[in-house]
This record gives sequence, structure tokens and C-alpha cells, in this order.
Amino acid sequence: MDTKSIVYIALFAALTAALALFPPISFAGLALPPITAQSLGVMLAGALAGSKRGGLALLLFVVLVAVGLPLLSGGRGGFGIFAGASGGFVLAWPISAFVIGWLLERAPQAGFVKMAAIIAFGGIVVMYAIGIPWMALVANLPLTKAVTIMLAYVPGDLVKVVLATFIARGVRRAYPTL
Amino acid sequence: MLDLYSPGHSPIHKLSPGVKILAMMVGGTGLFLVENLGIVAVALAAVIALYKIAGLSATQVWNQIRPVLWILIFFLGLQWWLAGASVAVFVVLRLATLLLLAGLVTLTTRASDMIESLTSGLRFLRPLGVNPAKVGLAISLALRFIPVLAQITTEVREAQKARGMEHSIVAVAMPVAIRMLKMADDISDAIDARGYRP
Repeated sequence: MDTKSIVYIALFAALTAALALFPPISFAGLALPPITAQSLGVMLAGALAGSKRGGLALLLFVVLVAVGLPLLSGGRGGFGIFAGASGGFVLAWPISAFVIGWLLERAPQAGFVKMAAIIAFGGIVVMYAIGIPWMALVANLPLTKAVTIMLAYVPGDLVKVVLATFIARGVRRAYPTL
Repeated sequence: MLDLYSPGHSPIHKLSPGVKILAMMVGGTGLFLVENLGIVAVALAAVIALYKIAGLSATQVWNQIRPVLWILIFFLGLQWWLAGASVAVFVVLRLATLLLLAGLVTLTTRASDMIESLTSGLRFLRPLGVNPAKVGLAISLALRFIPVLAQITTEVREAQKARGMEHSIVAVAMPVAIRMLKMADDISDAIDARGYRP
């Protein structure tokens, strides 16, 4: 792997970590995974760094969290995360970033709507498909209950999809050598 | 460095990180295989005893649980309603045990030791094309980039404030993204210019 890829992997892992500095929005008395800006990092990693670099960037991030660095919003970190309700979502991040990058590489001329749809697929559908069963398993919940709970997160995630699309399109235009 | 490590000289601190991680994975999987309240209660007591052996205080045990206390109470209520009291207590105790076990590894192992054993553990992945030195470089770069990104964001925010644009997310995010990509390209050129060939 060339040096530029290594630096980009480190950069997008750091970006996801830095986005934890935005205060998370917790609701239901902190009982559920918080709404954080961090999934924006996942979407941008896929959309700007591409499938391989973006996926590896988030894999690196997950490893750093697992070894105990408090890089998740609210200063959370350590293996305990994966035993908790948000564990599956965090583990889904590398796959989400990879899927977004992979689909966008196949649609380089995608317009705003198509790009937003791709980011929404990777950043919402793929992420929930892994995170929700994980949450149901950890908390011993019926799957339907877990799905109902997660519906509350969709509006926030849609806002992030639109933001990520705006930013990714602008950056690609301003930085064509990406 | 930002770290959750709690210094000490106990036998648990001295165990190698790899052994601790393996033990935790085995213990965690075991807990998911048993469906017995008694065994989970014993496991919880054993994990708390390990905290004692590691010289960690009751406050530190509590600190592991406190951030997720509401999650535990929520699950307790939900399970009680869905499946009855004994299942609810079982699920919550199992979750608490897993969290405490993971917290114990994090508290007794330096992040740098964990990263080091991780990088050397990656030697086995060499045949798959993974270069441990490059992974190490990526880890150090990522840790260095976090404060740099925060710094760039502050600077861009101030610049946009002068234009009355500090509340526009796109007006802040776009220059930050472009500056960080430029920085990444410069760093990658600088590394190559020094003949870095791991």
C-alpha cells in the first residue's frame, strides 16, 4: 500500500474521532445509543477516501476504540462498547464506509440525489442491518422492538446524509486530485 | 496520551495484553453460552474480585457501570415487561459482567502496550499482505491527527466568524475538509521524500 493511502486511512480515522468532540444528543434518559456526528465521519470516509481506504480507516478507528482509547462521543471506549447496545453500529462502520465507497466508485458521475441515495444506503441501511440485530441480541429484545426503537434515529441520520452529500460534492469539486 | 489506563503493579497489570484480550474473549463468549442466573451471578462476583486483585477501588467498578446505568435500567424494565423478572435480572447481570470484564482489561493495560502487542500480533497476517510497520505508522498518524483536526476546525470557525458564517455547517466543514486533505497530501509527500520504505 502506498504512503498516500496510509496517510488517508489515518486521516479519516482521526476525522471520525474528532467528530466525537461535537456533543452527542442523548435521549430517552441516555438509555439508547446517542445521536452523534461520528457517523458523518463514516459517510465522508466512504465518499471521499473510497472503498478500500475508507473501510480501512474505520477499521483502524474501531481497533483504536477496542484497545481502550476514549474516541467515541462522550469519551467512551474499550471493549465494553461491543457488549453494549451501540456495539453493532460501531462494528458496522467499516462495512458502511466500504459499501459507500464501492458504490460511488461505480457511479463516478452520480448527481446529488443518486449520491445521497448511495450514502443513505451505506450509512443507514447497512449500518442498521448490522446494528439492530446486535442490539436485539445484547439486550435480549425481540427484533421488531429494536427496529421500532431505531426508527427514532432515522431523521437525524437523514440530516447527516444530506450534509455528507453536500460536503463530499463540494470537496470533490474543489479538490479534483482526490 | 489520552488513555483510560489506571497505573498499578498487580498480577493482572503484569499479564501480557494478548493474554488478557484472549481471556476476555473466552469469558465473554462463555457468558453468552450459559443461560443460568446462578452462573452469571458467580461470574459477576468473580469479576469484581478481579478488580480487587488488580488493586482497583469500588469507585472504579462503579465508574464502569455509571455511564450505562440508564441503559441497564431501561433494559431491566423492558425485559421485565416482555419476559418476566428472572430473565430481566439475568440479562442485566450478564451485560454488567461483560462491561466490567472489558473495563478491567482497559483499566489494567496501557493503550500503547495494547497497540504494540497488536502490531506485533499482526506479524501472522504478513502472508495476507498486512505490513505491521505500516499499520503502526497509520496508528501513530491517526493519534497525531486528532488534535490537529480540532485545531484546524477552530481556525476555520474563527475565520468564518469574521464573515458572519460561523453557524453554517457547510461553510465551516468545507474549508476544514480541504485543508485536512491538503495536509494529508503534504505529509504523504514528506514521508516519501525521506525514503520511507518499511
